[in-house]
Amino acid sequence: MARVLPLAEAVEAIVRDGDSVAMEGFTHLIPHAAGHEIIRQSRKHLTLIRMTPDILYDQLIGMGCADRLVFSWGGNPGVGSLYRLRDAVENGWPHRLEVEEHSHAAMANAYEAGAAGLPFAVLRGYIGTDLPKVNPRIKSVTCPYTGEVLATVPAHRPDVAVIHALKADREGNVLLEGILGVQKEAVLAAERALVTVEEVVDDFGPRSLNACILPAWTVSAVAVVPGGAFPSYAQGYYKRFNAFYKEWDGIARERDTFLAWMKENVLTKTPDAFAARVRALQAAE
Amino acid sequence: MTPDYKPNEIMTITAARALKNEDVVFVGIGMPSAAANLARLTHAPGITLIYESGTLATRPSVLPLSIGDGELCETALTTVSVPEMFRYWLQGGRVSVGFLGGAQIDKFANLNTTVVGPYDKPKVRLPGGGGAPEIATSCGEIFIIMAQSKRGFVGKLDFVTSLGHGEGGRHREKLGVKTRGPTRLVTDLCVFEPDPETREMTVVSIHPGITREQIQDNTGWTVRYAAKVAETAPPTASELAALRELHARTARAHGAAA
Repeated sequence: MARVLPLAEAVEAIVRDGDSVAMEGFTHLIPHAAGHEIIRQSRKHLTLIRMTPDILYDQLIGMGCADRLVFSWGGNPGVGSLYRLRDAVENGWPHRLEVEEHSHAAMANAYEAGAAGLPFAVLRGYIGTDLPKVNPRIKSVTCPYTGEVLATVPAHRPDVAVIHALKADREGNVLLEGILGVQKEAVLAAERALVTVEEVVDDFGPRSLNACILPAWTVSAVAVVPGGAFPSYAQGYYKRFNAFYKEWDGIARERDTFLAWMKENVLTKTPDAFAARVRALQAAE
Repeated sequence: MTPDYKPNEIMTITAARALKNEDVVFVGIGMPSAAANLARLTHAPGITLIYESGTLATRPSVLPLSIGDGELCETALTTVSVPEMFRYWLQGGRVSVGFLGGAQIDKFANLNTTVVGPYDKPKVRLPGGGGAPEIATSCGEIFIIMAQSKRGFVGKLDFVTSLGHGEGGRHREKLGVKTRGPTRLVTDLCVFEPDPETREMTVVSIHPGITREQIQDNTGWTVRYAAKVAETAPPTASELAALRELHARTARAHGAAA
């Protein structure tokens, strides 16, 4: 049953050195505040899983939290490279990063298989690509009914899923709306789940009968962090801060500007900083 | 009189013209997104645009910077989860055109978006495949839009991220792929289509004022031409106005980097 905890306590209780951690979010609802707390608590030797590692994973990798990355598209969308990811892969800084590379379809299927309690996922995928040559975990199976050869990948079963959602109610049930990505699957595939939310409400109020709700008994802890997805966005709360994604290109390109930014904006800050960033952005508009 | 236009503009407009009102298009971010939305804002108002973030039949007023911007969700008919998008809609065969770009392409329109140099010790680590490996084989056909250069149009790819026509001929069919693969490659210089037999990408149309020498100088293989090569129709004033307004609205919405 979900406990409502301050973010630092929730990370302390749920994320351990050496864990495989899926901090998911598909442009929308990326759990930046939780990721920053993991950096502040100096978690090490993590296996980071995510379809679209972007700025947040660039930060975790650059700060040396990760030994391994399981992913399908690692870039700053619409802007360019992730320079900390590239520095780790191309030059081994701050240390060597092992990569396990998939396609989006395979990653999405692997989460779904994990949520469904299956050992692997099957898809019509990877045909004619070189990815199976560099990722030995991509294998194949012959359909027993048609004889068609289909690709397989192992299910994702992360130790921890970390997501940001819109709201929780007093019992710790969690509501997501808008672009849902693979967050529901990641939470249901994981051993433990940490969810940050914009707010806690008495009642979710009027909503679709088919709304995406994660029941409290699927979530280990909820932490209330208004603005916790910033600079990504939370549908109905604040917009994506696209200008910052462009700015990150300059910050992350060099090691010293990156480290200075991390010190000023992450290491010496608390989760409260996120609400202030959203207020500043909204005041500027 | 033909209005002045930039190489990027004729590339985007020529690509947009290839899309039909009845198409269901799986759209990549960047130039494919610009071309697909231009088609929707000009000759194909009923076109269905799908982004891999789960947004079905989206009608954004500005171009998204990322594949899951709020604008895409707010203007969509409905938004589904990402596993559903890849399983039911893409793998299920509901998409007629996949629209891709890439860092490297070869003469059979195979694409590389993974690495430059060896995989284990890359010179440049590119973002990776994302949705492309399955888009390339699951959509009815594939359009590719890429600015032409010797660095991008290479004799041999460092890595095959997504399948085009493989090694040519009936290679796709031999791999069991039932879709058509790349049927059109639009660049800033010309338009390529696959030769019906060899499936090598062959120039069928050259943009106004561009020479065969320029095309060859920006291509890492010996370029072949169709028996009849047309001149690409230049952009019209209304196409250019629609594209420029779209880019201006987008720039205002995204803000400048501080």
